[in-house]
Amino acid sequence: MSETFIPPVLEMRGVNIGSLRDASRPAAEDVNWSVLAGEFWVVAGQQLSGKSDLLLNAAGLVMPVHGSCRIFGCDTASFGEAQLAERLRVGFVFAGGKLFNHLTVAENVALPLRYRKNLTAAEAADVVGTLLELLELTPFADSTPSNLAANWRQRTALARALALQPELLLLDNPLTGLSVRHRHWLQHFLDRLWRGHEWFAGRPLTLVVTTDDLRAWRNPDRKFAVLDEMKFTVLGSWREVESAQSRSVKELLAEPVETTI
Amino acid sequence: MAKAFEVANTYVFRRASLSKSFADRLGRKLFRALLTLQGLGAFALITLGVMLDKFNVARSVIHPRVRHEIHRAGVALVPMFCYVAVALGFLVVGQTVSVLAKVGATDYLGSTMVVVVVRELGPLLTAMLVLGRIGTANVIELGTARAQGEVEALEALGIDPVHYLVVPRVIGMAFGIFSLTIYLILGALASGYLFAFLQDVALTPGDYFKQIAEALSWLDFALLALKAVLFGFSIGIVTCYHGLAQPLRLEDVSRVAVRAVTQGVLICVLVDAVFIMLYLVT
Repeated sequence: MSETFIPPVLEMRGVNIGSLRDASRPAAEDVNWSVLAGEFWVVAGQQLSGKSDLLLNAAGLVMPVHGSCRIFGCDTASFGEAQLAERLRVGFVFAGGKLFNHLTVAENVALPLRYRKNLTAAEAADVVGTLLELLELTPFADSTPSNLAANWRQRTALARALALQPELLLLDNPLTGLSVRHRHWLQHFLDRLWRGHEWFAGRPLTLVVTTDDLRAWRNPDRKFAVLDEMKFTVLGSWREVESAQSRSVKELLAEPVETTI
Repeated sequence: MAKAFEVANTYVFRRASLSKSFADRLGRKLFRALLTLQGLGAFALITLGVMLDKFNVARSVIHPRVRHEIHRAGVALVPMFCYVAVALGFLVVGQTVSVLAKVGATDYLGSTMVVVVVRELGPLLTAMLVLGRIGTANVIELGTARAQGEVEALEALGIDPVHYLVVPRVIGMAFGIFSLTIYLILGALASGYLFAFLQDVALTPGDYFKQIAEALSWLDFALLALKAVLFGFSIGIVTCYHGLAQPLRLEDVSRVAVRAVTQGVLICVLVDAVFIMLYLVT
């Protein structure tokens, strides 16, 4: 009986993470990490620990300073116009959304579809309408991002990333600035995507999220890693997170300090 | 005497020290200018490459953006240019016609108008006005987009930022400046005659426009078109380069806009100088 080898969706070997802010200084060193299809990873770290740079490297948007980073078996160092199809198998949701302020919500969601598939606005309208409905954005379709609350901007960014139906979705700090109701909604929606959503015809999606609050992502089915002081450590399941003795993990698990004025 | 010598020596020494720091500053400025020129050249080549390479890519997205930019840098500025054309006609052309008529040199009217209005003032004034009105807006829009991470977001979606943001602006600017130059020249010549007519200059409209038509050659049309398009291309490249090419913070945007306008003026004057040489040679 022969077993076919399925390459990891994302694989980093001896990677020094290139930084967007300062190209000469790596954000993390010697990162070894494999993400298999269908996994849900949570990468935790304090602010400015390099989580965003890790995701940008993983998406092939910033080149590693050293080492090899492969997406679906394709080395990101060789990424060019010819490998664009491979790169578009990865969806990216930036912290804060990074929406295009000159476009409306519907136009933001339609843009990747229209550009990649050369569709007119009318041709893309059906798909965009479905996505807006899925993310409960229909009432805001004609609003511009600057007129939306952070909750809805985050959903718009997610809808835009889902438009091209990626196989791996990277979300940078998706819960930051969201109200409690929207945090729960987003976590539930991501869980549905991970288990297989009708938007992907029931195909499970591989997910990687970053966070500075581990407790929000507590789940026995998820895998966890920590980025601290330029060191990337794979923890494993939630049980390992709870039993971890390191100071950084304890800080990321700590309750927020309540202050009274 | 000794005292005077001492003072003179000190003066020389001060001068030497000053000139050293001046040379140092000049050298740095020159080096920075060369680096900017290199960056602008590379950016222009990249834009041309993308323009040709992706001519048929995402037409349904890029063509409306090109039309929008032509409207912004051309059609939307027509009222302002009508006003400028009338002002230019009254202030410069009309007075020139009137003075030439007074000294009995109306035979030179055609060639004077062609040199002053068609070859020089028309294209250069158009370029300066579009640079101030649309070029500045370009730098601010692109600089803000860059500072807010929209360029990375475009790349993440597989959209080439040069194709989506720069190419429509450069094409729009080139078309806009070309069309507005024609309107400005025609408007200035017509209103100039009107001004001269009001001053009782003995010259019929037929003679006036006949002289101008006779002074024009096919080369004037070709070089005027080339010059206007080159002005548009240069301004588009300079403003997009400063808005996009380097990582920016929001607080840098206004400073970069000032720099882009200054460099835009310098480059337009340089392009104009090249065309003056061409006119002199031909």
